[in-house]
Amino acid sequence: MARYDRAITVFSPDGHLFQVEYALEAVRKGNAAVGVRGTDTIVLGVEKKSTVKLQDSRSVRKIVSLDNHIALACAGLKADARVLINRARIECQSHRLTVEDPVTVEYITRYIAGLQQKYTQSGGVRPFGLSTLIVGFDPYTGVPSLYQTDPSGTFSAWKANATGRNSNSMREFLEKNYKETSGQETIKLAIRALLEVCC
Amino acid sequence: MKLDTSGLESTSPFFGSGDELCPELLAAPSFALPLSTDFDEFQKDTKATLKHAKGTTTLAFIFKEGVMVAADSRASMGGYISSQSVKKIIEINPYMLGTMAGGAADCQFWHRNLGIKCRLHELANKRRISVTGASKLLANILYSYRGMGLSVGTMIAGWDETGPGLYYVDSEGGRLKGTRFSVGSGSPYAYGVLDSGLTCLLKKLRSWLEELFIMQHSEMQPVVVLQAFIMWDQMDGRSCLVMMLESFTTIIIQSRPVRWSKKWLKSQGHN
Repeated sequence: MARYDRAITVFSPDGHLFQVEYALEAVRKGNAAVGVRGTDTIVLGVEKKSTVKLQDSRSVRKIVSLDNHIALACAGLKADARVLINRARIECQSHRLTVEDPVTVEYITRYIAGLQQKYTQSGGVRPFGLSTLIVGFDPYTGVPSLYQTDPSGTFSAWKANATGRNSNSMREFLEKNYKETSGQETIKLAIRALLEVCC
Repeated sequence: MKLDTSGLESTSPFFGSGDELCPELLAAPSFALPLSTDFDEFQKDTKATLKHAKGTTTLAFIFKEGVMVAADSRASMGGYISSQSVKKIIEINPYMLGTMAGGAADCQFWHRNLGIKCRLHELANKRRISVTGASKLLANILYSYRGMGLSVGTMIAGWDETGPGLYYVDSEGGRLKGTRFSVGSGSPYAYGVLDSGLTCLLKKLRSWLEELFIMQHSEMQPVVVLQAFIMWDQMDGRSCLVMMLESFTTIIIQSRPVRWSKKWLKSQGHN
């Protein structure tokens, strides 16, 4: 009987976790996703490749909701995403049940990041191969937030960010052109960032 | 029956087992329960063995300015009065109060524990826990100990972002949201007073309390009016502790022995 307690993610002599870095490579090969935060709006955009003719594109959901007020887009291994999203959805409801309060964006991001980190420090498993962009409004104050997590389990809040393919050029574009916007202007900024790298 | 001992844990385990990756939905550490053929008898025996201090009157209500919490200060075991100066209002944290009725040890321990959980929530979420959330945490823990002899009848009163909040939580696992509650053996009498409409007095109450607060500090007169609210249950306990929650702070007003409260009230023109 094989024992699944030996870690796959171990340190290299110069302090790297190669499995995590390879996971980041997988993310870099995934489809582009961008998130932009405005004063009263948040926008998530994903790149959708339309080369597959026979595929029913409506069954491919790239932006999902975790709760009424939280949405998530990710770049990387979509099968891993499904697992993570299901766990996050359960956690959102569990939080509602135990404290009778909807989750804050920060809380659920911390949960997802914690989950991703757990899989870098356990036996017999590999890290999740995806970075997520989590957006939502605070349930009481209504303030919009955008967070990003990555396979190593770190997370941080952003005004605008991109992951996946060509994320560097998208981020450069956003850095140059970001300003506080709201409503349609925020959507336009997100689309322009995506157009930088698509088509 | 899975026991929720998350209230007793001080730190999470350092070495997680492989099972942690696929936890059950609300898994909690549990320990083996005693084997007994007749669980109801076991329950009865437990309650009989621990003779809880009873004979309490506590009440709380929400009014225009905030939440009012009041309790007597007598502890009795059967017919024996063990103390006349028990603090039955427990400060969970600077903006939340709990009352003690039933088992004193149970109430004190679990309120303290709730305070720990509230603080941890604050630290983790950078935001105070709501009264709803705090009462829910307590109710869930008490529910998981249901049938094991805990005796807790408490009211969680506090102030959060949505305003004043008042919940009744007991060791049977019940949790009710409301504007007026009274718990303890003197509660029927308290409800009588509460329900008969104290609106005439409530407006005065604030100014009285302010005066009394000042008076207390200048040590002029004992707090008289509050005793009158809680003169029932053959109680001539020496003091009553009243705490008022306003915005995010509590004002503590303690009373001293009094004899002529009803007369004083009458002299003020109220009945």
